[in-house]
Amino acid sequence: MIRVQDLSKHYGAKPVLDIDALDLPKGGVAAIIGPNGAGKSTLLSLISRLDTPSAGSVLLDGDDIRSLKSDALARRLAVLRQDNALTARLTVRDLVAFGRYPYSRGRLTATDQAKVDEALGLVGLDGFEDRFLDELSGGQRQRAFIALVLAQDTDYALFDEPLNSLDINHAVAVMRLLRRAADELGKTVVVVLHDLNFAARHADHVIAMQAGRVVHTGTVPEVIRAELLKPLYGMDINVSTIDGRLIVDVFG
Amino acid sequence: MTARVTAAASDWTRPKYGAVFRAGLALAVLGVLAAASVLVGATGIGWSSILSDADAREVLMVSRMPRTAALVLAGASSAIMGAIVQRLVRNRFVEPSTMGTVDCAGFGLLMGLLFLPDAAPMARLALAAAGAWIGTAMFLLLLRAVDLRSPLMPPLLGIAFGGIVGSATSFIAYRYDLMQSLFAWMTADFSVVLQGRYELLYIAAGATALGWLAADRFTVLGLGDDMARGLGLNPALVLAIGISITASVTGVIVVTVGFIPFLGLVVPNIVARWRGDNLRRSLPLVACMGASATLACDLFGRLIFHPYEIPIGVTMGVLGAVVFLWLLLSRQAR
Repeated sequence: MIRVQDLSKHYGAKPVLDIDALDLPKGGVAAIIGPNGAGKSTLLSLISRLDTPSAGSVLLDGDDIRSLKSDALARRLAVLRQDNALTARLTVRDLVAFGRYPYSRGRLTATDQAKVDEALGLVGLDGFEDRFLDELSGGQRQRAFIALVLAQDTDYALFDEPLNSLDINHAVAVMRLLRRAADELGKTVVVVLHDLNFAARHADHVIAMQAGRVVHTGTVPEVIRAELLKPLYGMDINVSTIDGRLIVDVFG
Repeated sequence: MTARVTAAASDWTRPKYGAVFRAGLALAVLGVLAAASVLVGATGIGWSSILSDADAREVLMVSRMPRTAALVLAGASSAIMGAIVQRLVRNRFVEPSTMGTVDCAGFGLLMGLLFLPDAAPMARLALAAAGAWIGTAMFLLLLRAVDLRSPLMPPLLGIAFGGIVGSATSFIAYRYDLMQSLFAWMTADFSVVLQGRYELLYIAAGATALGWLAADRFTVLGLGDDMARGLGLNPALVLAIGISITASVTGVIVVTVGFIPFLGLVVPNIVARWRGDNLRRSLPLVACMGASATLACDLFGRLIFHPYEIPIGVTMGVLGAVVFLWLLLSRQAR
């Protein structure tokens, strides 16, 4: 479980995040939703220690993340930020192999190689491993980065808007992949999502944020409700059930 | 299906023994160039005269061998420094001479000439390396202040920064009548390399080897600060290690033979197109090609107006500018 206690982040005098308490249960897929500027990415970077909080703490299965060594943390929690602009020309396999860096410091053992193979297979990039990343499509490249996170073999995997700038078919494929990571590999997946329908279909828990605070948490039917979403986004949103599945209509 | 087929085809055209073959080829080219470098010069030395003629052996040991060794060491380390700083700055167009590092090493060297005229070579080296370190750090701070969306911004900024430091250096050198000695120090010229005047380059080779050991760290940092942190690295520490290695190597090269322009730009870019940017894998090839290119440019400069010589700075400058233009234009074509 990831437990957030009295966590806040200020830039100068301006507070961007202020959370009294938040628990992300172990297992499953948790989606963080909310309008731009709600603090979703900030929360993700504080949980993964990419950024330091102004106050408060984050406990990872009971351990304060500040007390963990960098590589120890990297073996328990992996994070993928958005916009992984690549200036380096790496092959798919080279990139994914860096997911094993916290274990092997670059000298890959047979176990590391097996984990890399497994991750490549899971994202469906086996056979592409000698391709350079700049020769891949956007969807393939995103899957390569997800393979890197999977190869890192952590209990927790955090993704910041992984569906950004992907076609619908690639977005669906990536989201199914995250679902599989939770179901088949037993990972706890935390993902920042903009598209509410992806959250409604693929998540177990939803955390709704607004202006740096967590305003709602709960299961999908508890949070994906028109009367909660309308004030959250300040617009007309309808939620209907079709064939027993929640569909969010944001087009008024 | 198409994707499957091409993937299989690329596997087929890149069998495992290909790597061994390529390594062998690169080493063979380097070997031939090194042998030619030893044998070519104002005084003709043939294989037979090495065995029979004491004077020829003397020339060989005092002048030719040191020159070839210096060319190989300086060429390999300059090319590797280019590859490393390109990962650290995440930009293909930087190398020590396009980020102010070389000019600041020159400034450090000038301070040595001014204030410690009789300093030991090690002290000169320390001053040049300190100058290079401070200069690189200043360049990185400058980079934070500008918009980096254009990949040409960092090298332009670096060249401008280097130009300012270079002008200041020239001005001071001019005032104190040190222009000639400064010019002699700064211009890459291997004709002055003799036994006893190049051995500092082994320090550069040592620092470069350290760079190779830390290669994975630099590659990971090249993926971004957040990515590096997420994989358990401290980005600031890796950057500091990288700058320190680059600064010491640049300092050594500046005080021994003069920095070779463009080499660190051209070689890593060619290798990257072919083999990618995973430094652990690419650095041996970068070293080999850097040494080969330096030997070839030096040979060309020695042969074209034989028995006179064109300094390698000139030949490499022309070759480098052409390749640089090609890289720029083909990048835009993509």
